[in-house]
Amino acid sequence: MSMPSLSSPSRSGLRRVGRAHLFIGLLLPLWTPLLAVPEGPKLGVSITQESILPLDISVFPEGTGLPPGKGTAVEGKMQFEALCQGCHGVKGSGGDAEELVGRSPLNGSRPDQTVGNYWPYATTIFDYIRRAMPLNAPLSLSNDQVYALTAYLLYLNGIVTETSEMNATT
Amino acid sequence: MSPTPILPPDDLEPVAGGGLLDRRMFLRQGIALGGAGLGLLAFDADATDVPRWMKTPGGPFTNYGEPSAYEKEAIRWISANAKAPGHGISWTPLHRLEGTITPNGLHFERHHNGVPAIDPEQHRLTLHGLFSKPIQFSLEQLFRYPMVSRQCFVECGGNSNAGWHEEPIQTPVGYFHGLASSSEWTGIPLSILLDEAGLQPEARWLVAEGADAGAMNVSIPIEKALDDTLLALYQNGERIRPEQGYPMRLILPGFEAVLNVKWLHRLQAVKEPLMSRNETAKYTELEPSGKARQFTFIMEAKSVITQPSPGFRLKGPGLYQISGLAWSGRGTIRRVDISADGGRSWAPAALQEPLLSKCFTRFRLPWRWDGSPLILKSRAIDDTGYQQPERSTLIAERGQRGYFHYNAIVAFAVDSDGSLRHVYA
Ligand code: HEC
Repeated sequence: MSMPSLSSPSRSGLRRVGRAHLFIGLLLPLWTPLLAVPEGPKLGVSITQESILPLDISVFPEGTGLPPGKGTAVEGKMQFEALCQGCHGVKGSGGDAEELVGRSPLNGSRPDQTVGNYWPYATTIFDYIRRAMPLNAPLSLSNDQVYALTAYLLYLNGIVTETSEMNATT
Repeated sequence: MSPTPILPPDDLEPVAGGGLLDRRMFLRQGIALGGAGLGLLAFDADATDVPRWMKTPGGPFTNYGEPSAYEKEAIRWISANAKAPGHGISWTPLHRLEGTITPNGLHFERHHNGVPAIDPEQHRLTLHGLFSKPIQFSLEQLFRYPMVSRQCFVECGGNSNAGWHEEPIQTPVGYFHGLASSSEWTGIPLSILLDEAGLQPEARWLVAEGADAGAMNVSIPIEKALDDTLLALYQNGERIRPEQGYPMRLILPGFEAVLNVKWLHRLQAVKEPLMSRNETAKYTELEPSGKARQFTFIMEAKSVITQPSPGFRLKGPGLYQISGLAWSGRGTIRRVDISADGGRSWAPAALQEPLLSKCFTRFRLPWRWDGSPLILKSRAIDDTGYQQPERSTLIAERGQRGYFHYNAIVAFAVDSDGSLRHVYA
């Protein structure tokens, strides 16, 4: 059963890098903050938005949350060979873990859904690698390493050149 | 004595093809079943001897009970990554269970990088972002909050995805449709905590993050978070098990499981979704056009016969009870129809009460098998009027590469030797 669909607003700038257009399959009515909510004992401890910054590792499509740092695909290739290739294969394909490269058309019969043809945002790759990879040591990479690895994956998928720099503003 | 099916009185006319009988028959006649005929109740030749366990004292008390040693087959099957044993899934053996509650040790699992060993004393839940008063909770504080209980299913968006395969998969029902389980969850309505932190009107999404190795994160629409979402602390009466998110997880009744974030430790209120890997690369469905559906949260109505089913064998012609599960992420199951002639005729099954919204519903129907080959099917209809589609209809609409959200009608061929096979029919 299909729901009304609304194409996602197109984003300008480099961050919308993928070729797939994800459709938002849900129209959200505005909620009203005046809902009747049962009373709680209100025991939550106030914190400042700053104090939770170390925990806040979310990176949003407009770039909010991207940390300082930079890297290129050339640097990323070295990191990848050392830290990722064992599971993901040489140049991100043919490994035991997920295929990271592939640009086959999505309307073909058995497309691999990868960064090259399916993922819509570079920030998604950054957000995911930083929090979850390498699988055996998540949250161990420096910001520069994550920028370089993101650049490398985009390079392998033909989205950026080998020497273009990735940072919080690209 | 071999399990002899008891034949119903001759005046019982089938209500549909293939020998389907009236759903009220068992209630009216109080007829006993032929050992369910599935080889589960085989009697010893000397079953009249006093059994040995009546002649010696039994075992001692246990601090935490376990299933009978004879129930070795009621287990989860595990499918994990060879390079990363904490990355994979395990299925609920639906074909070995009855009723509507999944035992806690058999709830399906999907872990991205293992089960974290969280110390509850050190665990905190942080609410920040578009809140006027960002706050943090310890478990001790949370236990003072008002709690509610509700029964509902949790189903992986990728459940039943073998249905997209070219050839029908031959596996017991649980290892095909068992990325779905149903429990009574108890916890705090999330709206209470969002209200306390002062959720701001411009907040449209909550980014929920787990405290697992990989910090699994997804965006949740604010309407759902304020509606029936629970911060669950208990599952079927006991504290949530580590595999299910100890010490706390989200429960979003009817929504695909990936949003029911386990080991929850952070909720960030924002205007736009995060577009995390698990809401873009995964849990989105490629359509024939090459475009993809995203944010398809609701699990549509589905049903599957759990007995008789592939892996079991009918012991000759006679009376059997067909039993299965139906559920819908949109609401309550209103009707389940069963066909024993490949879909030419249908008979309504009896639905076990109470009928709960977004919850497993058990259906049953008496059936007199005459020993000839035939095809069994079930189809669910929910209270929105939505009817579970035939496989051909689903594929015509969605193509075959969507991977997630497969809910087509399931068909089993019964052969004359009593064996069952999954078929596309
Ligand atoms: C121990 C094996 C292992 C290592 C080492 C590893 N990965 Fe992964 N990676 C995986 C597995 C398994 C998945 C799938 C995870 C899931 O589905 O939850 C994955 C998923 C990914 C994905 C998402 C792919 C998709 O299409 O969803 C990216 C991107 C990725 N890894 C990048 C990296 C990078 C960069 C490194 C090196 C810093 C790395 N991985 C190291 C095993 C590994």
